[in-house]
Amino acid sequence: MILRLVAGRLAMLAVTVAVASIAIYGALYLAPGNPATLLAGGHATHAEIRLITRQLKLTEPFFTRYWDWLFGLLHGNLGESFLYREPVASLLAPRVLNTVFLVTYASVVIVVGGLALGLASALFKRLGMGITILTGVGLATPSFVAAIILITLFAVDWKLFPVFGGGAGFVDRLDHLTLPAVALALSWLAYTSQLTRTAVEDEVKKEHVETARGRGIARRHIVTRHLLRNAMIPISTVSGITVAGLIAGDVVVEQAFGVNGLGSFLVSSALDKDFASVQAVALILVATFVVVNALVDIWSLFLDPRLRAKGA
Amino acid sequence: MAGTGTPLLSAAGLLEEKRAGGGLLRDPVVLVSTGIIVLLVVIAVFAPFIATANPDSSNILAVNEAPSAAHLLGTDSLGRDLFSRLVYGARLSLLGPALIVCISSAAGTVLALAAAWFGGFFDQMVSRAADVLFAFPGIIFAIVAVSVFGRGLVAPVIALAIAATPYVLRVTRSVALRQRRLPYVAACYVEGVPAWRIGLRHLLPNVAPIILVQATLAFGYALVTLAAISYLGLGVQPPSATWGLMVATGQAAILGGHPEQSLYAGVMIVLAVVAFNLLGNRLAAHLET
Repeated sequence: MILRLVAGRLAMLAVTVAVASIAIYGALYLAPGNPATLLAGGHATHAEIRLITRQLKLTEPFFTRYWDWLFGLLHGNLGESFLYREPVASLLAPRVLNTVFLVTYASVVIVVGGLALGLASALFKRLGMGITILTGVGLATPSFVAAIILITLFAVDWKLFPVFGGGAGFVDRLDHLTLPAVALALSWLAYTSQLTRTAVEDEVKKEHVETARGRGIARRHIVTRHLLRNAMIPISTVSGITVAGLIAGDVVVEQAFGVNGLGSFLVSSALDKDFASVQAVALILVATFVVVNALVDIWSLFLDPRLRAKGA
Repeated sequence: MAGTGTPLLSAAGLLEEKRAGGGLLRDPVVLVSTGIIVLLVVIAVFAPFIATANPDSSNILAVNEAPSAAHLLGTDSLGRDLFSRLVYGARLSLLGPALIVCISSAAGTVLALAAAWFGGFFDQMVSRAADVLFAFPGIIFAIVAVSVFGRGLVAPVIALAIAATPYVLRVTRSVALRQRRLPYVAACYVEGVPAWRIGLRHLLPNVAPIILVQATLAFGYALVTLAAISYLGLGVQPPSATWGLMVATGQAAILGGHPEQSLYAGVMIVLAVVAFNLLGNRLAAHLET
């Protein structure tokens, strides 16, 4: 039963990734001029363009070409950057870790901070209003605006954190990526906090919580076992959206703080018209997003037995 | 299309309805946020009359000046008047999101009404396509578009409009489906009213309030994303002023102790987004009750 639901979700995942890859590869053919010009970047000579056309067999039909590209991808060949004259994969390798570190760091900040703030504002009425205003503003603050505020305060005025770069090694990374992680997390932290607050407030009113309170169960116990567990369901279903936001935000935040990761590479490749790199990074980011979303959906199937019944 | 007047009419209807309950127009949040939005639009439209200086004229003898009578908010690192740049920046900063919201609302609504009307295979196809589009975070879509079609306003706006369409589609489709099952639609149908007319004259006015709410919320999101594109240097190019671009170009001066340009531009973005989010949320809440 649940296996069928999971299988259905995985099938949708496969279709989505396939369509996404066709779209990203196909974008090449939408460009004015011919695909080789785009791949070669802005300043290629005619000879270079002819060479690329031959090397990549660009005269062959679209799906043959696409199939070769996809086949290469599945074998770890992400294509060749004509700007750097290097395989895209070897350009990405040193950058992946920074991005993964940053996104993970931000996720931890969001989960811990968002749940804590949301719980606090739902359970302690006096804090509620203040937190609501703060999260309202936080929600509307784009990551790059948060970035410049953080840079101004923490890095320039108080000199607590480095302003630029990703650092090397765990501790140095932690230090370098603290401000970027906070900037990236901010609006999602606010969102999670508001969501937690609503979910907890809805849950508090329910009978099972009344009953638990009536039976004299400890408040701490009610909060963790009865409130949070049920409130987690709506929260975890939107975590997919959060991941989308983090992947999108990551691109901006890396650029803002000069972190050398996938996001800033995507932006600089787009600016340099290094299309092979754009394709590879865009596909990686989209695929990651789709996979995480599918995992979240499957996870919520396990978390909430009622969904399983509904799906049937 | 002939139906362009209809959403506004029924938005007025929405206001009318709630006034009886003392709702929308007495809600201070709605009043304040609407006030901010109107103010920003007025600033954008009448920029030449509000600005105190030419936003693009630089003066290397007056760089990074503090606020004064001549320069209300001081000057930037090229000696340009910050206040005037912020005022002119409102134009492209608001025009882009407005285009995105208009295009995606129109496309999403037409598809949603068609999907609800025809049902079956067409509905399935449209919904599947929307599911796939959900997989693209808008900003990545926009970056790919920019790398293919070049920087500027057009490529990001179209890309973000396409990325926003499935959100409009999903919500509108579910409301339209509910309307579609109501007897009045069947009554029109047996009377021989053509399908497009039922869609335009009967379904659209009934789904218009929800589209309006969605559009308000989407505006804030579109503004942030487009400002981010602008910040990344992928949107309109200097010396054009947009708030996103101003945050970016001001960033270099932060380390030199002049964070004003970035901060002011950032505040404008946050202010606009807060106003649209608050209004959208309140409208949604009023619509539900």
